[in-house]
Amino acid sequence: MITSKDLEHIGWLARLELSEKDKEEYAPKLNPVLDYFSELDEVDTEGVEPAYHVLQLSNVFREDEVNTKCSLDQEEALSNAPNKQDGFFKAPRMM
Amino acid sequence: MYDNPDGVMIGLEVHVQLNKLKTKVFCGCATDYHNDPPNSHVCPVCLGLPGSLPVINKKAVEAAIKIGLALNCKVEEHTQFYRKNYYYPDLPKGFQITQYDFPISSGGYVMIEGEDGELRVGITRAHMEEDPGRLVHEGTIDKSKYTLIDYNRSGMALIEIVSDPDMRSPKEARRYLDKLRNIIEYLDVFDGNLEGAMRVDANISIMGGQRAEIKNISSHKGAERALLYEIVRQKNVLRRGGVVVQETRHFDEAREITLSMRTKEEAHDYRYFPEPDLVPLKISGWAPAIKETLPELPDARRMRFVEQYGIMDDHAKALTSELKLAIFYEDVAKKAEPKIAAVWICDVLKGELNYRDLNIDSFKKEHMLSVLELLAGKKITEDGAVEIIRTLLDKGGSPEEIIREKGLVIVEGDIVETSALEAIRENQQAVADYRAGKEKALNSLVGAVMKKTKGGADARTVREVLVGKLG
Ligand SMILES: [Zn+2]
Repeated sequence: MITSKDLEHIGWLARLELSEKDKEEYAPKLNPVLDYFSELDEVDTEGVEPAYHVLQLSNVFREDEVNTKCSLDQEEALSNAPNKQDGFFKAPRMM
Repeated sequence: MYDNPDGVMIGLEVHVQLNKLKTKVFCGCATDYHNDPPNSHVCPVCLGLPGSLPVINKKAVEAAIKIGLALNCKVEEHTQFYRKNYYYPDLPKGFQITQYDFPISSGGYVMIEGEDGELRVGITRAHMEEDPGRLVHEGTIDKSKYTLIDYNRSGMALIEIVSDPDMRSPKEARRYLDKLRNIIEYLDVFDGNLEGAMRVDANISIMGGQRAEIKNISSHKGAERALLYEIVRQKNVLRRGGVVVQETRHFDEAREITLSMRTKEEAHDYRYFPEPDLVPLKISGWAPAIKETLPELPDARRMRFVEQYGIMDDHAKALTSELKLAIFYEDVAKKAEPKIAAVWICDVLKGELNYRDLNIDSFKKEHMLSVLELLAGKKITEDGAVEIIRTLLDKGGSPEEIIREKGLVIVEGDIVETSALEAIRENQQAVADYRAGKEKALNSLVGAVMKKTKGGADARTVREVLVGKLG
């Protein structure tokens, strides 16, 4: 069961401020999601090797060569930023 | 035996930036951003834009294996990446790509000089991860309203080297850091002089209590100071009957204190899960071939210097403590008497460099060789040689010019003779005093001769000549 205290903590991890009303609304919505995952726990995985990746692939590399085709200049890099200053992205301070 | 009275246990997490690679770890952005404007070495991958995909740099993996092997680690059969989730402006994706339970290498050790002889410091693991961006705060971190972000550093390849809690004093921690930096510099995978090349977090507990993690340490000296402060703080907590709590603390370099960061994040809050955009690596098979290419490491070189050049172990240790210094010595020792070269480089040149906060790049090998040659040919005195080294560091020029300008050439015997006779004639009072048994009066006569020869005479010879004439 997700409590209002859990919600507060989850909200803090995502740096979201939740009002009491938000918490009342979200708790009942998140609990069914958790229940859904608990269904997965019921699958018998005895003797099954854990999978770390869905693809049966390993060792995909690139050489250490500069690729300017993908690079962005400062103006492009900042073009979507709502706040910028002197070539920097600007964000609220976070502690 | 060092009995560790406060039960100090220190473990260090060192982040080494692979800044000698041409590109970042998961994208083709160039790594030479250090003198460039912010956000000018970026692409969709290192800005975390939607739809971009990371591909790992093969050279970064090779460098990670090199470091693992040099730290006596085992290179793992299966290694893979994870997402460490936390929300902070230096991470544009909201997570950092790092390693978790399958690090690329683990289970090694480094030998350092401990409080009571050789100390083996265990290496828990050395894993790969990406560097976050750089945050710039307007004013101080606790007063500024905004954070400015430069993602040029974002996605640089890092190796995080985690030690076992084997160090028992801040001094041992500093020696471990010096040794680690030295070993990694030998591997030619990073330039330790670039900003942010090596960053340290320190874990410390006393008397078997909980540990504090200290962040924001920017130098080896800083690590030692932060740990010294932390021991005093934890002792004070215990003395007042309190309990040391496990927490993250921030080192305030200017005030030399650590401050609680009151973080609400715990390990499980990072919600590590396998990075779906990167496939696992099976590269333990590369290790034997890479091992063949490892250069001679500091400890091996130190032993070879003692054997090959017959120099003292202390000198060999000092000379191999920096790769550039070791190369400098070896080049000089090939053309000069190796033992004398070791004495002059370790005991004189190194001291003069340290005093001026310079490194060996500031002194030319050819100059060291000519100074040693002049000494061997008895053309200059030892004091003269020191004077030449100092002048070269302070004003530049060449040894020959300096000798000429300062008159440092050893004065020939007949000039000493003439100067001695003059000094005796001009200082009758001192002569009388000396003859009356006042030994000290000789000093003023020696001084007078030295003055006449502009310091170019050897003081002991002058003394002998004077005694001979007065006797
Ligand atoms: Zn990039």
